[in-house]
This record gives sequence, C-alpha cells and structure tokens, in this order.
Amino acid sequence: MSLKPRNTSPDVLVVGGGNAALCAAITAAEAGVSVSLLESAPKPYRGGNTRHTRNFRCMHSGPMGMLTGQYGEDEYFDDLIKVTNGKTDERLARICIRASEDAYGWMELRGVRFQPPLSGTLSLSRTNAFFLGGGKALVNAYYRTAEALGVEICYDAEVVHLGRDGSQIKEVEAHVKGEKVIFFPRAVVVASGGYQADIDWLARAWGEAARNFLIRGTPYNRGVVLKDLLDQEIESVGDPTQCHAVAIDGRAPKFDGGIVTRLDCVPFSAVVNKHGDRFYDEGEDIWPKRYAIWGHLVAAQPDQVGYAIIDAKSVELFMPSVFPPTQADTIAGLAEKMKLPAKKVERTIEAFNAACRPGTFCPTELDGLATEDLTPPKSNWARPITEPPFYGYELRPGVTFTYLGLKVDEGARVQSGQGPVENLWASGEIMAGSILGQGYLAGFGMTIGTVFGRLAGKRAASHVK
Amino acid sequence: MLSDTIREARRQTEICNACRYCEGYCTVFPSMFSQRAFSDGDITHLANLCHNCRGCYYACQYTEPHEFALNLPAALAEVRQESWKDFAWPRGLASLHDRAGVVLAAVLAVSFAFLFWVVSALRPEDGEGFYAFMSHGLMIAIFTPAFLLPLFAVGISLVRYRRFVGGGRLTIGDIWQACKDAVALRDLKGGHGDGCNFEDGDRFSMARRALHQMTFWGFMMCFGSTSSGTVLHYGFGLEAPYAWYSLPKLLGVPGGIILCIGTGGLAWLKVKADPALGAARVWGGEMAFVLLLFGVSASGLALYAASGTSAVEWLLPVHLGTVLAFFLTTPYSKMVHGFFRMAALVMDAGRKRRARIL
Repeated sequence: MSLKPRNTSPDVLVVGGGNAALCAAITAAEAGVSVSLLESAPKPYRGGNTRHTRNFRCMHSGPMGMLTGQYGEDEYFDDLIKVTNGKTDERLARICIRASEDAYGWMELRGVRFQPPLSGTLSLSRTNAFFLGGGKALVNAYYRTAEALGVEICYDAEVVHLGRDGSQIKEVEAHVKGEKVIFFPRAVVVASGGYQADIDWLARAWGEAARNFLIRGTPYNRGVVLKDLLDQEIESVGDPTQCHAVAIDGRAPKFDGGIVTRLDCVPFSAVVNKHGDRFYDEGEDIWPKRYAIWGHLVAAQPDQVGYAIIDAKSVELFMPSVFPPTQADTIAGLAEKMKLPAKKVERTIEAFNAACRPGTFCPTELDGLATEDLTPPKSNWARPITEPPFYGYELRPGVTFTYLGLKVDEGARVQSGQGPVENLWASGEIMAGSILGQGYLAGFGMTIGTVFGRLAGKRAASHVK
Repeated sequence: MLSDTIREARRQTEICNACRYCEGYCTVFPSMFSQRAFSDGDITHLANLCHNCRGCYYACQYTEPHEFALNLPAALAEVRQESWKDFAWPRGLASLHDRAGVVLAAVLAVSFAFLFWVVSALRPEDGEGFYAFMSHGLMIAIFTPAFLLPLFAVGISLVRYRRFVGGGRLTIGDIWQACKDAVALRDLKGGHGDGCNFEDGDRFSMARRALHQMTFWGFMMCFGSTSSGTVLHYGFGLEAPYAWYSLPKLLGVPGGIILCIGTGGLAWLKVKADPALGAARVWGGEMAFVLLLFGVSASGLALYAASGTSAVEWLLPVHLGTVLAFFLTTPYSKMVHGFFRMAALVMDAGRKRRARIL
C-alpha cells in the first residue's frame, strides 16, 4: 500500500472505519460514485467498536434466517421506549426499526454470515441476529466488499478538521500515517463514533471520577471529528455529560477489553464498596435488565470500585470470566486478599446472611427469595454466603459509548444552526444520541449504524451524481 | 514436557470461553464451551479436534497487538504437535517428530538405495511387467512388515492418547458419526459453508477443503488399487500386469491423478498461508510430508506410463522407495494427524451423544 492516498478528491469521503462507515461506503460505491474511507486506527484495530459487537436487533414479521417468531415494529419501539424512558426521536427511531428488516438480507449479500444465538444468549434469539464469528468477522467481510467495489481505504488516517463554508463542507484535513493530507470531497459522511476514549473529555464532562473508568472498546474513538463539528455550531443531541457504562471486571485493560471483561455474578452475590458496605439491591431484576445500571452504581462509590462476593454454591451459575476470581476459605481471608477491611466485610456478610430466608432458589427467573429487614435489601436470589471457598470479583465502570452526538434529519443529514449542511451526513454512534437518549437496547447500536450508514451513503451518492 | 505449550493454550482457551463469538465456526468451540476448567487432557483433545481452518483467528478481536495476544490456531497446533510426539511409540523414536523433514528425506534416500540394490542384486529369473525386476514374493516380504509395523505403532499411540484425554467408552455410533464428520471434512466448511481462511488472509475459500478431499480420496483409491491387486493375486490367481479396465487400474490411475492434484494443491496453498498461524517450527516437516505423498502418486503414474519401456527398471525402485519411506515414517510424520483427528472426532461424538441424552 502506498503511503499517500491515490485520490484526494473523491466524490464521497467516509470518515470512520466501523460498521456505519462501511455501510455508507459500500452503499455509495454501489451507486457508482468514487469513495474513499479514512480509518483512524491501524489495520489490525480497524472497525472501531464494531469489532466488539456480536449481533444486531432486527424487526421481522415472521421467522427469518436465524431469527425465531416475530418481532414487530410496535413491540420493538416499546422496548426502545422502556430503556430510554421516552428519550428518543420517534420519527428517526421508527425509520431505523422499519429498515432493520431489510438490512438482514442486505448484510448477507455483502458477506455477513449469521449463526444461531450464542450459548447463554437464548433470551435474544427472537430479537437479535448474531454474526458468525462476531463483529470483527463482519468488519472483515465489509472491508473485502468495499475493496472489491473500488473504495480506497486509508488506515492510520485521522481526520482532524472539516472545513465548512456556509452550508458546504469544502475540505477535510487528515493525518494519514502522520502526514497532513487535505481532501476535497464533494460529499462527506462522518461515522467516527463517540468520545469515550478521550479520558480528559470524559473527566470534564462526567467529573474527575471518570479517570478511574475503563473503556470497553477501541482507544481510537476520541471524538475529534465530533468536537470539531460541535465547535463549528453544528447542532448536537444527547446529554453531553453522560456515557453508557456497565460494571465489568476491575482487572480489565484500560481500553479494548471487550466482551470477555463482563461479569454476570452480581445477582448471586453481595456487592460491597471499598469500606465493606453494601450499597444497592443486587437482586432487583434479572441480570440483562440490570446489567446497565451497575456501571453508574459502582461509579458513584468511593474510588469507583465495588467487590462482588459469592460462595462455592454460586460459582458455576454464570458465564466464566476471563480473570479467575480471588479465592479464600474465609470471608475475612477473602477481604484481606482484596485489600478490604476484613472485620467490616465479615459483619456485612453476617448481617446479609442473617437476613436471608429459606425458600426455593431459581437462578433463571425472579424467584422472590428476598432478604428481610436489610438495607439495602436483596429482592431475589438471596442465599446466605456460607459455603467455602469464597470468591471475589472487583467491579469497575466500563464505558461502552457516549450519548453526545450530531443532530441529523430523516435522511441522516447533519444540521447546523442555519439549516442543514448540504453535503454532510452522519451515521452510527456519532448521531445515535438522537435515538438512544438514555439507556441501551442490546444490538441497537449496530442497527442504527447499518440503517443510517446505508441511508447516508445513498443520499451522499445521489447528491454528487 | 507438555506444560509450556499446554499452559499457553489453556490461557487462550480461558479467554475464548469468556467470549464465545466463534461458537459457530467448528467443533472445537462447542466442545470447549461445554466446560469451565481445562485439564491437560482437555486441551490436548481440543488441539487434535482443531483442523487449523483459522476462521477463529481472523474473527478474533484479541489478536496481537492486543495484549491478550490470541492466536488459537497456532497454540493448538503446537499442543497437537507435542501430543503426537508424547504418545509416539516406541518412545525412543518420538523425537523424529521434531525433525520430520530431515527424517523423511533420510528415510527416502535409504529406501531408494535399498530398492535399487534389490532390483539389481535380487532380480528374478523371469516375470512379466515390473515382476521382471522384482518378484511378487519379495515385494510382499518387504512391504507387509513395512506396512503393518508402523500401523501397530500408531495403534499403540492412539491407545495412550485416548487414555490421556479420557476417551471413555467406544461405541459404534460414535465411530460412525466421526467417520461421517471426517469424510465430509465438516470442520473445514467454516460453519457457514463458505470454507476456511487459509491462503488469502480473511477471505473464505473452499480450496483447502477441496484439495484435502482430493488428497484423501485419491489416497484411498490408490490404497484400494493395491488392495484389489492383492485380492486378485491371492484370491483369483490373476497376476499383474493388469488391463486398463481391471479394478487395480480403474482405481489406481484416476486415484493417482487425483492424489497428485490434491497434494500439489495443498503444497501450493501452504506456501501462500501464514506460517505463524500453525506450528511454524514444523512447517518444513509438514511440507516434506505433502511432497512425499505427491512423489508417491507422481512416480506411480510415471511407472504406469512407462509400462513396457526400459524406464521401468529405475522407475520401479523410485516409486517403491517413496511408498516404503511413506509407510515407515507414518507414525512420526504429519500422517498421524489423520489418526489422532479421528480419535478426537470419535470422542467429540461421544460428548454430543451424552449432551443429547441430558
């Protein structure tokens, strides 16, 4: 591969290298225009957070491919309303939901392969289509497809500025393998993700505590393009201070730990903070529904850390984690190994055990096995932690994505204070805040990226034709 | 001896078991995900189940430069290679696995020398076709032990292997299921039927599966040709040379051609494939094995083409030399992969059967 891009004046320039960018690039190239794609990561890390995904949420009126039953528009939309508490743009959301049905076949034709739901994810078999091999396999297939269509792909190509003149983007400045290159595209699609990998920005937005957060995905989503556009009075959507965070293994790498750092042990545990105190109902609801809130719960604790403690009865009830748990034969011994105040943890667990009541334990449903007279309570799966060896997992907030994004219209075109920017479209996480104002719906990020990526690619291509 | 390679494979397996994105690619993953902890035997079983299709490597979000540095195809290939060595019999010959390329070349040279000597020193008084150069009785006397003794050695290896991985009860149903998986090369289809990633990075292709099928079936046809000749000789008193429409020729000639194409193709793919995704240190030995099989088929075809000419005098010992070298090295060359793979497939069929009962 040559160092310099061949074509610095493509019809359509796609900024980003994940699912949304690739869908836009492929769609535009299929429409017959010249396309260049600038991926800020080096080739081994191409694909942004798509590398870590595994499925997309898909509407369907009957069994389709690997999807069972049916999942209609209204049910899909209701699910979105539940997780976002209504913080969604209904028009954009319904465009996305309706187009997801057609996306399945479109993806297959461009090399994506689906598989039955992975073990431990049967609850998603009706709503979510799983990529065989996961998101990186999808990314590989799309890059092959894009290359075959003649899309010029530049790795190590970070866009730092979009030069706007009124309602037009005139030029795009990038650092390609460290060298400054100016592109003069006729249309631009930005699909370069959120800002969660810029820890300083995260700390300014969320507070200093955010410096202790782990970033689950790519270190390349630093929000450079997002910030550049917002500085140019492009309209924003989404809460600028908020990020989606889940509780993950505290020993995970700072960046890019991905799926293997998840911990599903919380419902079967007692979770204490660094002072040895419990702070929230571990058994409030089945885990997938509560997975998301624990990131913020742990983030609110001193030093942004929590410790889930279980005993031998529970160790095989959840998916194995990538790091082995801390293990000891006594609660005090476990607390010492985890550098927690041993006496305090012992008292907390004793109080917890004393509040447990006999009853039938059922790990797969709300079993009503609750504590009595305990604050905070544990509403389900409350069994005394008495059977050695005892195991402990350190929990830290793991940031998945940020909500701040660009405001777009129904055709994915970016809006400025003075109306639409005529040759600028956005897709994926950089505009997802319009639809996902709060919370998260499994597999919906990939749906937004696919649907709006295709839409942006199509509109950008028609604009230059 | 096994500990380092097994420890590394276990480290990677535990990461895979927490991810599970590759569940759909091949048998290794469902087998892996049915467990939470992995003994040395479990890792060895998974290693021999792996067909090195590399689908999981290219789909992996944790390959280098990621700090988890996953390269499961290579880690399992190393364990697989070590296991063949560890269970080799007699033990004194186990280290031949480490130098398979040199060993193949040396055994080949000795076989050539031996057979040229046989042809020149022990030429029969009379005989037709190639029996004019070497009597049938002498061929049988050389090749019967050269065929059976290595098979016996492989048999002992397999018994030791099964004991180590905890093979359990052997059932006809499991063997039948394993035969079906092996004959279809199901695990080289990639789960989606697009094939595997081998010769061109992350592009899926059926080339390796097709060429391996040609190698396998070509080999079986050649084996059938020789076997049918033996039956005709002893059962019906019909001696070589056989007519073109006889069973030995109908199996042998197309079988030889198919084996030539299969092995030649596999060698070509191996040159294009990334050696870092296999057991890189035995690349040469693996290549030597493929080329030896190519030599067996090509020299066999040449011998047939040269029927009735003076070239038979030197082509016969060349062909028989390749065959002899192939037989003798079977327990210590890449050839054992077929036996160990079958054993692993049988064991996995047992796991699936028990899972269905549960």
